[in-house]
Formats: sequence, C-alpha cells, structure tokens
Amino acid sequence: MIDIMYDILKNLDRRWIFLLMFLSVGIPILFQLQFPEKPTGLAKAVFKEIENLDEGDRVLLAWDFEPATEGELGPMATAFALHCCKKKVKMYFLSLLPVGPQMIDETISGIVEKDFPDLVYGQDYVNLGYKSGYEGVIKVIITDLRGLYSTDARGTNIDQIPMCQDVESVQDMDLILSVSGSYPGTKEWVQYAATPYPDKVRIVAGCTGVQSPLLYPYIPEQLPGLLGAIKGAAEYEKLVVKKYGGLEPDPIYQEGIRRMGPQLVAHVLMIVLIVVGNIVYFMQRARGERT
Amino acid sequence: MKRETLIWTLLLVLGGGFLAYRAMSSGVGSIYVQEIDGVEREARGVDVVAGTAVLSWSRTGGTWVAALFTLCIFSFLYKDNPFYKFAESVVIGVSAAYWMVVGLWSVIIPNLLGKIFPAWVQSWAMPGLSPLREQGWFWNIIPLVLGVMLLWRLAPKGGWIARWPLALIIGTTAGIRLVGFMQADFLSQIRNSILPLVVTIDGTFDFWTSMQNGLMLVGILTCLVYFFFSIEHKGVVGKVANVGIWYLMITFGAAFGFTVMGRIALLAQRLEFLFDDWLWLIDPAGKRIGF
Repeated sequence: MIDIMYDILKNLDRRWIFLLMFLSVGIPILFQLQFPEKPTGLAKAVFKEIENLDEGDRVLLAWDFEPATEGELGPMATAFALHCCKKKVKMYFLSLLPVGPQMIDETISGIVEKDFPDLVYGQDYVNLGYKSGYEGVIKVIITDLRGLYSTDARGTNIDQIPMCQDVESVQDMDLILSVSGSYPGTKEWVQYAATPYPDKVRIVAGCTGVQSPLLYPYIPEQLPGLLGAIKGAAEYEKLVVKKYGGLEPDPIYQEGIRRMGPQLVAHVLMIVLIVVGNIVYFMQRARGERT
Repeated sequence: MKRETLIWTLLLVLGGGFLAYRAMSSGVGSIYVQEIDGVEREARGVDVVAGTAVLSWSRTGGTWVAALFTLCIFSFLYKDNPFYKFAESVVIGVSAAYWMVVGLWSVIIPNLLGKIFPAWVQSWAMPGLSPLREQGWFWNIIPLVLGVMLLWRLAPKGGWIARWPLALIIGTTAGIRLVGFMQADFLSQIRNSILPLVVTIDGTFDFWTSMQNGLMLVGILTCLVYFFFSIEHKGVVGKVANVGIWYLMITFGAAFGFTVMGRIALLAQRLEFLFDDWLWLIDPAGKRIGF
C-alpha cells in the first residue's frame, strides 16, 4: 500500500495539485465559509492612527495599486475609505500608477458617492489622479504640490478647488494612507516622505503579501501601522465594521473577512502538500533513488 | 482521437452546455443599471423587478469578455495553448496603448505643453488650466528638448543623441534612490536597531518586549557575521554565522508564506468574480435579491 502511494506521489502530475488548489479555494467561496478574525497589534495601530484624526483633518489617500493586486488590496482600500468618511476627514486621492485612477474611481463611486451622498466633491474629497515619475512625484509634492498638480483628475484648476487652496505640499497632510501593490508604493512614501520629514509626515499603509516582509523593518518608527495582505485587511475590516458598520453591516465592507475562508482551506492544503512532498523526498533518499 | 483532445472536447462541451443552461434559466453575466442623480450606477435585483433599471449591453459584454479572458489565462495551468497566447497578447497590446495614452494626457499635455503654451492647451484640452504662464515657465523647454533628443533613437541617423538624456535619467534616478536608501534604509535602520535589552514599564520588568529586542539584536549581529566573508566561517564565527542562516531561513519562510497568501487572495478574487458576477452561483453582496 505504501509502495503504491509512494509511486503515485512520486510521479504525480502537477496539474492534480492545481486542481486541488482550485477546489480548496473554490469550494469555500461557493459555500461562503467564514472564520472569526481577531485583530492584531498592527491592525489596531492603523485603526488608532485614523481614529486619532479630528473632523476636517487632511488625509492623503495614495491608491498605488492596480487590478492585478485588487484582490488583496481592494478590501483594505474600501475599509480605509469607509473609516475616513465616517471620521469626516478631507480626503485627497492620488495614484503613482497609470491604472490607479480606475481604482480611485471605484472607491469614489462605490463607497463615497454611494454611501455618503452628503460629501461634496472639492470640499470633502478630491481626486488628483495619476502623475508619472515614480518616486520623483513624491520628491516634488513633499515640498510643492502645485509643482506637479496644476489641475485635479477632472481638469479643474487646483486653485479653484476649496479644499486644495490652503494646501502647499504633502507636509500639510495630517496622515498619509498608502495602499500599495508594487513599485512605486509604500516603500517610496516611507523613503521620500515619512523619513525625511519625521515630525511633519505620518503614514500608515496596507500592502500585498509580497511587499510585507520588505516593510516590516520600518515598523514602528518610520511606519506606525501596516496591514499585511488579505489577513491585515480582514483584521482592520473587523475593527472598522465593529465600530461603524451598524447592526447589519453592508457585505461590501466585509470582503476581506470573506476571503479569509478560502485562505484557511488553501493554507491547510499547502501545509499538507509541503509535508507530503518532504516525506516523498526523504523516502527517495532512504531508497537510494536520490542523492 | 487523442486522449488530450478528448479531455479538451469534453470540457468545452460540458462548460458550454452549463453556460447555455445558466443563460436560459437565469440571466448569467447580465448587468443592469439605473440612473441616480445623473450618474449611471449598477442596479440591484429589486430595482430590476421594480422596472427602474435597464440591461446595460456594454457592461454585460464587459463581464463576459473579462470572464472568458480569465478562463483563457487559467487554461495555461493545463498547458500552453492558443487561447492563452491570444489573451496574453491582448493584455500586452492593451497595456502598451493604455500607458501611452495616459502618459500623453497626464504628463505631456498638463505638465509640459500646459506650462509652455497654457492658453493654447486651455482652449482645446484643459478648460480648468490657467491661460497665464507661470513664473519661470521657460525652464520647461529643457525637458521638451531632452524629450525630443530621447525620441531621436527612432531616427535612422544620430541615435547617439538619445544617450545624453538617457544618461541624465540614469544619473538622477541613481542619485535620488541613493539618498532615499541612505536615509530610510541605512541610517534610520541603524537608529531603529538601538533598543534597550531590559525594558521596564512603570518600574516592572517587561519580559516579552525585552526578549523581542534581544532576539532582534542577536538576529542583526548574526546575519551581519554571515555576510562577513573576510574571515573564514570556522569555529565561533562559523557557529554565529549558522545562527544567522537560521534567521535568514525563517525570514525567507515568512516571505514565502506571505507570497502564498497573496496569490491565493488573487485566485479567490477571480473565482469570486466568475461565481458571482458571471455565473450568478453566489451573491455575497446581495446584489440579485429579488430576481
């Protein structure tokens, strides 16, 4: 029996593993499996930073992600927007990625305009759109916003937008919320905004799983809070929904929590595959089939 | 008939049959819209039943195209095939064109032409732009000239002219990044690593924070020793370097775990799209209540 299993596993076609992964992610989605989330320190730190803001404070929302990472970052962007709207802060959206404006539009139309119709464009929120130049953009706007942004994304002169009139640079923001999927992203905001101006610029972020290990060294001095991947998004959602979601929270504010169901099952599968792969490897060595 | 051809044919027939059944029995992939305050928004099932929403052919077509392209990309997991190649080529072509158009409208027109010829640009492209030239506008002629020089490489002769602006780009980028890394990743990291090994809070010894700081210090020192190649890794140095290797392996393991989590989240989002927006098998956001 062991020999038969060994032979099957040794020659297993990788496509069976793909099929198993598909089922382990697909079945929990179909049955909408959900598991309880307990917020950890970093999610609480992000939540606290936004909670500490007062009504009318300025928040820069750097939406540096694209459709390729929307699955991970979309839920945290949604939760950030909900939290900012509830806190009644002034929101300045911008992106350093060419596809970022679509992500901003999605947040504005799907959250701000839909659920907070009282908020007025130009007074409560503004879309500054995309600017090319990678970290060069941060380098310029950290001292001179108008050096690059003469108009907003709709083509309105920035001096005619009430909430932009007394903003000279990013240093006038009370907090930067960076949602980052690739380069440029949170790392560049930390390098060129938060680090050179530690007394004036505060930043918290949400990033992809791939980026998380690169950003942990900045915690807590340069980056007080970080939401790592979908797990961070789910923890933060839990905190926001608990305080602001009401008795029956809208399901769009629980996307992260929903996506943790397939995560758990798929991770169990990954662990099983790693264990089985190692058993086969050591069996091969014991039988002298591999040196 | 070959085995693989048979499997493909069966899959296509079964998939097509299922789609036809779903299309006839419900309205799979259909997107309904309604106008609210002059803005077209996605409608819910109850709005469709109430007769206030209409079928959007463009959004429905978009959903079907997105779903079919997703399946084309997934098909690569079985093996390379023409469907995958087609989807890949379309993505590359569309991305290149998109970048070009975005670059033109977000950089060249507002930040270059808009600064040199503001009245002209205002008349046909950006009505919100001020028609008056800013002080020092003539500095923008330099990037214009450099841009033309960069495009010179497309000319049959004088390709070397493009090397000058290219050298400037490489030099400035290297300079900017050097300063950023020196400040944020070198000096600040050294400062952040100087932590007390014995932490007390209100006169009470904080065991966990002290241990955390101690582990971090050991990790930094042992990893530095591992990367110190001027002394042979033997004896005490070898043992310390081995501890460094353990730290590095744990870091790589954590990074791998985060990457797996990220990739599963992306797969979950795609499957959610297929099951929810396209096939109407699930409805987590309650969009189709009433159908």
